Amino acid sequence: MINNSKSGMSLIVRTVTGLVVCFIMLFGIYIILHGHLSPGGGFAGGVMVALSFVLLVLVFGKDANATRISKNLASNLDSIGALMFLGIALLGFAQGAFFRNILGKGSHFDLFSAGTIPLSNIAIGLKVAVGLFAIFLALVILEKFKEGQ
Amino acid sequence: MELYILLIFMIFAAFVAIEMKDLFSSVIAMGAVGFALCLAFLIVKAPDLAITQLVVEILCLIILIRATMNKDLPLVIEGRWVFNTMATLIFAGVFLFFSYWALKELPNFGEPLMTVVRKYMEEGADKTGSVNLVTGVVLDFRAYDTLGEAAALFAAVIGIVTVLRKTGSKSHDK
Repeated sequence: MINNSKSGMSLIVRTVTGLVVCFIMLFGIYIILHGHLSPGGGFAGGVMVALSFVLLVLVFGKDANATRISKNLASNLDSIGALMFLGIALLGFAQGAFFRNILGKGSHFDLFSAGTIPLSNIAIGLKVAVGLFAIFLALVILEKFKEGQ
Repeated sequence: MELYILLIFMIFAAFVAIEMKDLFSSVIAMGAVGFALCLAFLIVKAPDLAITQLVVEILCLIILIRATMNKDLPLVIEGRWVFNTMATLIFAGVFLFFSYWALKELPNFGEPLMTVVRKYMEEGADKTGSVNLVTGVVLDFRAYDTLGEAAALFAAVIGIVTVLRKTGSKSHDK
């Protein structure tokens, strides 16, 4: 992951970031998946996942391999997250109401419990992560664009 | 008690953020306000809000710092500063006077427990299956609000990507 492009920060920051960034992303995914058991949820975990990508952009520069996400992929993933949440809401019509919790509740304090709530958390997390990272990338590109003029 | 210290610190940091001549220092003072708000959420026992406030504050700070890093905007202080200062002081006094009488009538924190809240707290864990009651309310009882929030974020992303696009914008074609 450590490349020698001109943009980005020094070697020490690059090495430490390469070691740490996967744990930040893993913690964000943990917050998303355990949203119905512990504090947190889709929004907070999604922002953490987006922050791990933002850290990569800040440290390795805009052209690093891990952060080169095309605009089409970003908008597709964002739409998939939004449509997933809406689809979970529409699934409730199988039992007669919008947003009805149709899956089994399970027992308390289990990871696979609470019906559709973890699925909604995953959808919101995907949407927030991709959306905020797309906003950050757009602002960074604008900065370069204005400097070039 | 700690809550009042934090609130006074937040007001002081907000004044610093307004009055600072340097834009970068002003952004840092805004970050101090946000992190103090995160601590205040922890003191009033709202860990969900504290986590969200912390991560969103970090993201906003990064974006603001990148936006204001190398810019030095001129600060305009000439003009009718006497009138502006007097108007600010008068309105602050009026606001504090009325808010003192209004806040004296407020009930204590967390009591009396409202009917809807009591029902959620007693039956929420069984009805939704979610042990974290905040998630249970946000994604089950009040899921319409969350859907609207997601739609608002979606619209914001679409708007920003559309305004800042490279292909097709007039200034880029020149």
